[in-house]
Amino acid sequence: MSFGSSIAGLFGRSPIKPLQQHYDTVHDCARTLADFFAAVTEGDWDKARAARKRIAELENQADELKKEFRLNLPKSLFLPMPRTDLLDLISVQDKVANKAKDISGLMLGRQMTIPPVLADVMRDYVQGAIDTSAQAQKAINELDELIETGFSGREIQIVEELIEELDRLERNNDEQQITIRSTLFKLESELPPVDVIFLYKIIEWVGDLADRAQKVGGRLQMLVAR
Amino acid sequence: MEWMIEHSYLMLLLAGAFGFLMAWGVGANDVANAMGTSVGSGALTVKQAVMIAIVFEFCGAYLAGGEVTATVRKGIVDAGVFTEFPHYLVYGMMSALLAAGIWLIVASWFGWPVSTTHSIVGAIVGFAAVGVGMDAVNWGKVGNIVASWVTSPLLAGFISFALIKSVQKLVLNQDDPFQRAKRVVPFYMFLVGFAISAVTLLKGLKHIGLEISYGASLGWSAVGGLVVAVIGAAILSRIQPNPEADKEFRFHSVERIFAVLMIFTACAMAFAHGSNDVANAVGPLAAINSVIVNEGVIGGEAAMPGWILLVGAMGIVFGLAILGARVMATVGKNITELTPSRGFAAELGAAGTVILASGTGLPISTTHTLVGAILGVGMARGIGSLNLRVVSTIFTSWVVTLPAGALLSILFFYFFKGLFGA
Repeated sequence: MSFGSSIAGLFGRSPIKPLQQHYDTVHDCARTLADFFAAVTEGDWDKARAARKRIAELENQADELKKEFRLNLPKSLFLPMPRTDLLDLISVQDKVANKAKDISGLMLGRQMTIPPVLADVMRDYVQGAIDTSAQAQKAINELDELIETGFSGREIQIVEELIEELDRLERNNDEQQITIRSTLFKLESELPPVDVIFLYKIIEWVGDLADRAQKVGGRLQMLVAR
Repeated sequence: MEWMIEHSYLMLLLAGAFGFLMAWGVGANDVANAMGTSVGSGALTVKQAVMIAIVFEFCGAYLAGGEVTATVRKGIVDAGVFTEFPHYLVYGMMSALLAAGIWLIVASWFGWPVSTTHSIVGAIVGFAAVGVGMDAVNWGKVGNIVASWVTSPLLAGFISFALIKSVQKLVLNQDDPFQRAKRVVPFYMFLVGFAISAVTLLKGLKHIGLEISYGASLGWSAVGGLVVAVIGAAILSRIQPNPEADKEFRFHSVERIFAVLMIFTACAMAFAHGSNDVANAVGPLAAINSVIVNEGVIGGEAAMPGWILLVGAMGIVFGLAILGARVMATVGKNITELTPSRGFAAELGAAGTVILASGTGLPISTTHTLVGAILGVGMARGIGSLNLRVVSTIFTSWVVTLPAGALLSILFFYFFKGLFGA
């Protein structure tokens, strides 16, 4: 017997919490790159393998959450923001985790070592990318406050400040990338050429990760602007 | 008719049982729907909601239910047509109660969002138009009622939209929303107190024997509102912000203030519902009682005896206790997205509209009005997601409920006619 169905049935599942949970998983995945790089720098391949496994698991989890999210967003829902924007946002979020998986996969597969001269800058560079993702997470966490205020007033300002900070972090990461590339350029002649090529690739991908985290903020901004 | 007067106790007992069934359905389904919002937003536990419902449903029915009861009792049918065969009115109203009660249970079984109001109006129109004749129905009045079914959700949606916008502007988008809420919320409490007092003073005291002028009523209503606001402010002054929880969700402490407000709006909701929907069970019963007590004279003045209201009230309480509490819990679990600041806007918008309708004597559907109010909050981009399919199921249930109630009541009408004699 289903008494009281009309009022209860009126409420769909809010997309906000699942969206935030998805990015929480994505960020956990990206964050594990720090452990992975630490293990690689130490040359501890068992530890690196364990970190890589964790990254892959979290990426899978994020994929599952993404699928579930899409299935739970039928066209008949009346949402406080356009449905297509939400679907775009979750795809953009998911790409951050994909990049983390790619980076760790390639490095583990080739058993890449990081030249000791580069170790410190590389660690900071990866941390910079992770910080960018953390900032994106902070911005996504404002979504429920946005709903609370009906997308208006002070809350918009708060979200825009968070996104500005996100942009700043990504720019920093870009500068770190330039420094690390020029350092590697000076070492090129001393290293096996194939290793150098792939090191450039990894540097590029870590930058991509920060870039994708920034795009999450961009999507959020579009959502707020309407 | 002679037979009926001889067996008047039997007839009243039967009618009372049907009225009880109808009231039971109202308590199990309607009340639970109306109060579920308070449970869902976490402002009240199921037990508290049931207690509030019992007290305020009764107050609403007793103090402000007179106009709607009168409409259901003698407004929908044209009493003049029944002067020659008053027993048809008794059969008809009994059929209407039975038909609406059964339809309510069947529909709820399948989970269709039907309205008790629509069922009973459909049933009364049905037996009168087919069993007696087209001119037995007061079509003008019925037209007004049907029109009010369209306008009431719209009005409720509009009020709720305005309320939620005012909350955003006055509280949430301010520098210190917590302190602002403490200052603004008593004003909303004033509105609750004012609405309840106004409809009670304007409509309810007449039958207790008190006459107060229109102006004096409004003055006393303002006093009533102020009293409520002062009590509310006193409760609010005890609430302290919780910085730890605010880190997680910045409006956590603010919502706790609105949760207190929701206790007040829940009372208003129960009062409004009692003033409008209890009449669905009590009105036909009063009509039957009036015919029997006056020994077949239609339109004879008969004060509504206390036992009729008691049957209505007991039916609702039993419905609430047996099924309603469980329904409330289910509804509550499904609508956790409705935070107190939204829930209050929806409830107050719906309660205000229903109270207004009760004052004018229009029987409207509380549930549909509440759905309109919630959609109004959704329009202000305040709710995570709303399932619009429910709106179309409500329309379908409209189209089905009126003829279904009518058909059942026509069947029962001929059955009683055959059983008790034309």
